[in-house]
Amino acid sequence: MEKGNIIFCGVGGQGILLASEITSFALMKAGFDIKKSEVHGMAQRGGSVVAHMRFGDKVYSPLIEPGTVDIALAFEMLESLRYLPYLNKNSRVIVNTQKILPSSVSTGIETYPENILEELNKKGLTVFPVDAFEIAESAGEIRAVNMALVGALSVFLPVEEKLFHDVISEHMPEKIRKVNTDAFIKGRSIIKKLQEVNNKS
Amino acid sequence: MSQKILLSGNEAIALGAFEAGLRVASAYPGTPSTEILENISTYEGIYAEWSPNEKVAYEVALGASFAGARALVSMKHVGLNIAADPLFTSAYTGVRGGLVVITADDPEMHSSQNEQDNRNYAFAAKVPMFEPSDPSEAKEFVKLAFQLSEEFDTPVLVRTTTRVSHVKGLVNKGEIVTSKIKPGIEKIPEKFVMLPANARLRRKELDKRFVRLREFADSFEHNKTEYNDKKIGFITSGISYLYVKEAFPDASVLKLGMVYPFPEKIIKEFAKNVEEIFVVEELDPFIENYVKALGIRCKGKELIPAAGELNPSIVRASITGEKSTALFEPVKIPNRPPNLCPGCPHRGIFHVLSKLNVFIAGDIGCYTLAALKPLSAMDSCICMGASIGNALGMEKALGKDALGKIVAVLGDSTFIHSGITGLIDVVYNKGFTTVLILDNRTTAMTGHQPNPASGQTVKGDISTMLDIEALCRAIGVKNVYTVNPNDIEETYKIVKQEIERPEPSVIITKAPCVLLPEMKKRKDKSLYIIIPEKCTGCRSCLKIGCPAIEWVPITEEDAKKLGFKEKQKGYSIINAALCDGCGQCVTLCKFKAIALSGDKSGKR
Ligand code: SF4
Ligand code: SF4
Repeated sequence: MEKGNIIFCGVGGQGILLASEITSFALMKAGFDIKKSEVHGMAQRGGSVVAHMRFGDKVYSPLIEPGTVDIALAFEMLESLRYLPYLNKNSRVIVNTQKILPSSVSTGIETYPENILEELNKKGLTVFPVDAFEIAESAGEIRAVNMALVGALSVFLPVEEKLFHDVISEHMPEKIRKVNTDAFIKGRSIIKKLQEVNNKS
Repeated sequence: MSQKILLSGNEAIALGAFEAGLRVASAYPGTPSTEILENISTYEGIYAEWSPNEKVAYEVALGASFAGARALVSMKHVGLNIAADPLFTSAYTGVRGGLVVITADDPEMHSSQNEQDNRNYAFAAKVPMFEPSDPSEAKEFVKLAFQLSEEFDTPVLVRTTTRVSHVKGLVNKGEIVTSKIKPGIEKIPEKFVMLPANARLRRKELDKRFVRLREFADSFEHNKTEYNDKKIGFITSGISYLYVKEAFPDASVLKLGMVYPFPEKIIKEFAKNVEEIFVVEELDPFIENYVKALGIRCKGKELIPAAGELNPSIVRASITGEKSTALFEPVKIPNRPPNLCPGCPHRGIFHVLSKLNVFIAGDIGCYTLAALKPLSAMDSCICMGASIGNALGMEKALGKDALGKIVAVLGDSTFIHSGITGLIDVVYNKGFTTVLILDNRTTAMTGHQPNPASGQTVKGDISTMLDIEALCRAIGVKNVYTVNPNDIEETYKIVKQEIERPEPSVIITKAPCVLLPEMKKRKDKSLYIIIPEKCTGCRSCLKIGCPAIEWVPITEEDAKKLGFKEKQKGYSIINAALCDGCGQCVTLCKFKAIALSGDKSGKR
């Protein structure tokens, strides 16, 4: 992959911006031009959050065009459906299986859709479910969900694993470095395992 | 080799200003401009401040410039409306130290109440304007803006949009190039005292300067022409340039780095060399009108939308008629609008207000989210500080009939920004408006910037804490109360009593934002639970809209199994991971099903 379009989506407060930040730094170290677009402000406070990231030799637009996403990294299950028009048949979708109820659901007005993963599979997308919450919990810090997902994403990027570890050490305070690195490694190995399974079947 | 770093447009502006030897920076927070001052404040040797509003911020920066220091003031687009007054006159006085004004526009209104195109301010104030396309240019242009400002004796506007402010890209660190001007006091009344006699002379200076600026625009290297296929040529600027490059990589492009004044010669030259011209710009036909005024035929807004943001697909589709390439249709899923946080001290107040059935004149801040369901407790919201004037106006229109029917609600930072003058009006003009100041000790919506009531500066230094209660009394409000908004019964009592009073009153609801670090760290947090046996499924607790309270729908069968009444459609639970222990929900449950966790009796 010499260029790519990645979409990071989820819910405000899940550490999406930091995750996209770490990914950008690693891509930068690997020598790519990068543009990353996000919107702050109202997007926090539990609303939907999305960041567009594009890398390559030379990147112009900071926005990804519909139908051209290579990898979608969904931090929350429902959110993986929201950006469907950006995907195509070859897109890979990494989905954190965690559910965070939107207010319309928690107040009983709407229902949370079921079978989201099946829904994505049915569209012919390659789906990689990851229980990032569980990984983060076992690593000892529930806030490390985002690094578990970056680990998962890293498998598909033309960036050596070591560069990610360097970036995590450079950008995270000593205290939380180890749990985040652990979460990253676990996220990465889960995708590797899923890939093996996929290849066999 | 120069060092490349990954920066947002806002971070790059801060770096550019630093490399230009910036001495004084001021701002009022506002998305998407907020991070500019936040980043500047981390550089040593620069004085940085959050000002009470954009007008003051502008005046501080202008003062610094008068003293010969390079100064920068930043704000969101609507902020420039507040600062328009000093902006227009500073175009007359000119500067000493370079003065750069950043306006961060927000096409698409990601976080704004309107989407005005602030390029019009450059035209109206007769001030030059740069428009960068990405972070790397943002840094470069800010540096150039300081030079231009001093060379031409004028403030210089730099316009960004959300997709420049909040886009990250690679930026080269550069040399530090400082001003030749020596800071110090110089008395030049004919330049700085804008009495009519002086101002008339300065007006002539302004016109002379403008002629020179026009020439400069034609020689400015960032007004650049890229010739490719000459059948179609684009004139564009800012973020739109990148969309054009993405959508039409083989076309010829004239990219304006300086959008005002216009480089006439360059535009005419370009028009001669390409067959068909399209002007691609977000929002207003600012460039287009000018190109047309030059007698050049071009297409613009008849093809390209004037409202909202553009992107490469919209640009391509508008010009070629080609539809988007999306393979998958959007699916219908629940929306996820932003919400007041669990434990937010504002939530209870809006619940109280909605029970009182009053017109709620609201304002700009987190609490604007109370307008959304399920609270639906805001009836107007115009601009910073407008709530008080709006309420007074309604009351004056309706006379005594309005008593007890209207309240004004605004936050601490908003009150300081421009609510104070409204409150003075209420007292002076004998209104009876009840004003609720939601004092959560911070400017929460934009990311917790301190304000005069927080007792801290942007650098975290301790400062004098504004006493809002004493201020309101000094303004002449006799009835001033401070209440704990988490105590819903008490808050209800006071609000009810005050709205009936035929005199002005201020109710300060004081409780810190739950996202403040000291609140996050607190250890004595007691959480609440819902005792399942006591829950009747009446849904009263859901009306407060706390994200921690979740509805669990059940079938008749489930109801029987769980020991509920047959007809019960569901029950509520409190998500322990989300509950912040504010206790606001307790009084909502008539059945005493909500209790402190560990207290199964349900007694309070
Ligand atoms: S907890 Fe109380 S208020 Fe909420 S649904 Fe149950 S009975 Fe009604
Ligand atoms: S105490 Fe009640 S209102 Fe407050 S955060 Fe917990 S569930 Fe929400």
